[in-house]
Amino acid sequence: MLYPSQAVAKPYFITAIALFAVQVLFGLIIGIQYVMINIPFITFATAKLIHTNLLIIWLLFGFMGAAYYIIPEESEQELYNSKLAVLLFWVFLALTIITTLGYLLLPYATFAKITGNQFFPTMGREYLEQPTIIKLGLFAVLCGFSYNIAMTILHGRKTMINLLLLVGIVGSTIVFVFAFYNPSNLVLAKYYRWWLLHFWLEGTWELIMEAILAYIIFKITGDRAIVEKWLYIIVAVTLTTSVLGIGHHYYWIGVPEYWQWVGTIFSVFELLPFFFMVLFVFNVVNCTKCQYSNNAVKLWALSTPIMAFLGAGVLGFLHTLAPVNYYSHGTQITSAHAHLAFYSTYVMIVLTMVSYAMPILRDHKVINHGISQKLEILAFWLMTVSMSLMALFIAIAGIMQIYVQRATEIALPFIEIQNSMVVMFWLREIGGVVFFIGVIIYITNFFMVKKKYGTR
Amino acid sequence: MKIKISTKPIYYSSLIVLLLLGLTIHTTIVLPQRDHLTPQIIKGKMVWEEHNCIGCHTLLGEGAYFAPELSNVYERRGGSQGGIYFIKAWLKAMPTNIPGRRQMPQFNLTEDELNALIAFLKWTSEINTFSWPPSEKG
Repeated sequence: MLYPSQAVAKPYFITAIALFAVQVLFGLIIGIQYVMINIPFITFATAKLIHTNLLIIWLLFGFMGAAYYIIPEESEQELYNSKLAVLLFWVFLALTIITTLGYLLLPYATFAKITGNQFFPTMGREYLEQPTIIKLGLFAVLCGFSYNIAMTILHGRKTMINLLLLVGIVGSTIVFVFAFYNPSNLVLAKYYRWWLLHFWLEGTWELIMEAILAYIIFKITGDRAIVEKWLYIIVAVTLTTSVLGIGHHYYWIGVPEYWQWVGTIFSVFELLPFFFMVLFVFNVVNCTKCQYSNNAVKLWALSTPIMAFLGAGVLGFLHTLAPVNYYSHGTQITSAHAHLAFYSTYVMIVLTMVSYAMPILRDHKVINHGISQKLEILAFWLMTVSMSLMALFIAIAGIMQIYVQRATEIALPFIEIQNSMVVMFWLREIGGVVFFIGVIIYITNFFMVKKKYGTR
Repeated sequence: MKIKISTKPIYYSSLIVLLLLGLTIHTTIVLPQRDHLTPQIIKGKMVWEEHNCIGCHTLLGEGAYFAPELSNVYERRGGSQGGIYFIKAWLKAMPTNIPGRRQMPQFNLTEDELNALIAFLKWTSEINTFSWPPSEKG
């Protein structure tokens, strides 16, 4: 750690990891409900709400931690205001806890009533279920975060990595404004909801991910020039393909037909940034001079682009063409893609960053104790393999669903269609359990083993 | 190694952003002319949102895949021939408590809210989606 203010990242990483475990736990609950076992005290909708909302929240914690760690080092400058960063951490954590408890303890309609949703309705849309006041709080946190990062870079050295991170962070904050826009025309409401979700997940978040990956690869190889050259190509391709790629969300929501053409043509190329990322890491890391010893980080950093290429790129491409999407839209196929894409692109990049930064933040060492390294690598394999298999099982369920529900003359009733996929749902749940075991090993290692052996 | 920075990608992506804005303006102008919203439909959308229906169902394919697609439920359940009565009776009969079957909660909607919700679902079923969903079952 070169700058003391980088230590601000620590609580962010710790919270991210803790919330990750909670998120996966709720995933297991939904998985069980899918195989027709009713669980008392919690409905599917509530568990799903927490599963998806916490995902977004903990990834944001992870990105914030990553930024607070990377920016001082890249800018050769202490963080502009590290007290603000600490304050925002507590505000963000309080918002998260209040919202999650609200979801758990209150019926959603009651939660909407007491937070005054009727005066400014923004709730009840997928991923944007938070009460309006909470959204305002989140927006304030994002603004403070952007301000802090921007001021640090402004006063310090500007590199391609920190500028890209800045663009990603400020861009994410700006498009969050669309969380507050919920027109009464459902079609328009859906149209603008994607301005937030698409531009986060396939735009600004992708830029943040690329910046973090570039930073890690730079740390492994020590060669900034070549990293920046690749980063430049990757970012250029991302920017030119993902903007109009938004069209692939607009095929069947009631907007004009030309969106089918726009979405199909542009989203074909959304595969390219991930392809270049794979080329990037393999070209760059294959150097003989590199003497970087943290194998866990290397494993995470090399696997992230490959998995992202498969999960976000290939799985996305398979159902992005309008004629295919006509059959796959709103089936388990979407769920399969979402699981692997979120894991491979965003979960893995945050865990890469945590794996890199935590040993330094804790003990001022590049590498964890040997046992700790081995456990982390074991957790990596358990999580990555089981998530890939889960995505495969859900995708098979999706293909079965399309076959019995949409490609036949007379479709079966909904429940019978779902029953026909129950084997896949069981396999998915088993995959989820293995994933959770991976998470437990990761967490135990993260919170305990490192403490025991870390400071030698 | 010296990196040659070309401004071409910035130029292209600005063009693309302009194209997006143009298409958005066109879409935004065209839609309200097609769709006629009444206060009841607007209220129905709020009932839909405040009970987190997308927590289990999909609407135009977006939401959760735990329960049936509802953009065409009005037609599926009889349209003007009985869609209203079916949906109303269905919502009032929940939960079914049939063992081993997914359960929908009882939301205790008022008569007013039920009518608004159904008006909203009827309006949604009339959106031009280029014949999506492919089958009546969603």
